[in-house]
Amino acid sequence: MKARITVTLKSGILDPQGKAIEGALRSLGVSGVASVRQGKVFDIELEDVDRAKAETLLKQAADKLLANTVIENYRVDVLG
Amino acid sequence: MCWDDAGAVHAMKAAVLVFPGINRERDMARTLRLVSGTAPAMVWHAETELPAGTDLVVIPGGFSYGDYLRCGAIAARSPIMDAVRVHAAKGGLTLGVCNGFQILCEAGLLPGVLMRNAQLRFICHDVYLRVERSDTAFTRGYNAGQVIRVPVAHGEGNYIADGETIARLEGEGRVIFRYSSPDGMIDPNWNHNGAINAIAGILNERGNVLGMMPHPENHVEAAIGPTDGRGLFAGLAEVLERVA
Repeated sequence: MKARITVTLKSGILDPQGKAIEGALRSLGVSGVASVRQGKVFDIELEDVDRAKAETLLKQAADKLLANTVIENYRVDVLG
Repeated sequence: MCWDDAGAVHAMKAAVLVFPGINRERDMARTLRLVSGTAPAMVWHAETELPAGTDLVVIPGGFSYGDYLRCGAIAARSPIMDAVRVHAAKGGLTLGVCNGFQILCEAGLLPGVLMRNAQLRFICHDVYLRVERSDTAFTRGYNAGQVIRVPVAHGEGNYIADGETIARLEGEGRVIFRYSSPDGMIDPNWNHNGAINAIAGILNERGNVLGMMPHPENHVEAAIGPTDGRGLFAGLAEVLERVA
């Protein structure tokens, strides 16, 4: 079973890296970009577990380590 | 130094934690030995207990686990940190410098988080800090309002926490060091990494855990420069020798 955890900065948290990328896109002439926020994606392969168990353990992984919930939100997707 | 009834010397018993990728542990150990007269124990991250009698835990600077995931995130979850939590919960003094501050935040021993510097640059030079309080175990070697000069070396030192936490830190007098001008003015031009309220160091609620971005351990010897960092370690040594 495969899963993906996406970690993003909470709104209102300053993201200097996203800002720098935004500036670089503009200087490359990529027009129409209003703003960029940088996040992280974790692709996770699971051992043989059922879907409910998978969701529980992925949430645990995000809460315990993958996201710092002071500044970040996360989303868990079980891809089947 | 003080002597107990049996005539034995009680000196500070410090433990310096060592994680893969940490690189300031020797500077820290040298300073602790220089100021207290006793070499600290060097404790590997995979240990589950601190040496018996440890009265000061120091988490030094560096790049634990190459700053993978988030600065300090992986080190904060290593086995030795459970022992540090027990030590801190019993009121044991704990100091985190630079990456050590990031690790203490990630471990939940201090609130907030250290973000990428607002200017996006790694900064490596001396800064001025205003010492906000002198009535803590960490700052009794200074006067409140005193300005000290110490180096910084970090890319992620931009302290932030939610508004409620900042209000609490300020209200409870737990902001211990602020980036300032040489004459102690708080000014955006002297706030090198963009930290909220120019915060350079904070204390936990109980007053026994301090995290700070600058490196006081690097300014302790007159032969190689300023000695403004010495007060922090001398103060700690005095407290610990007294309670021994």
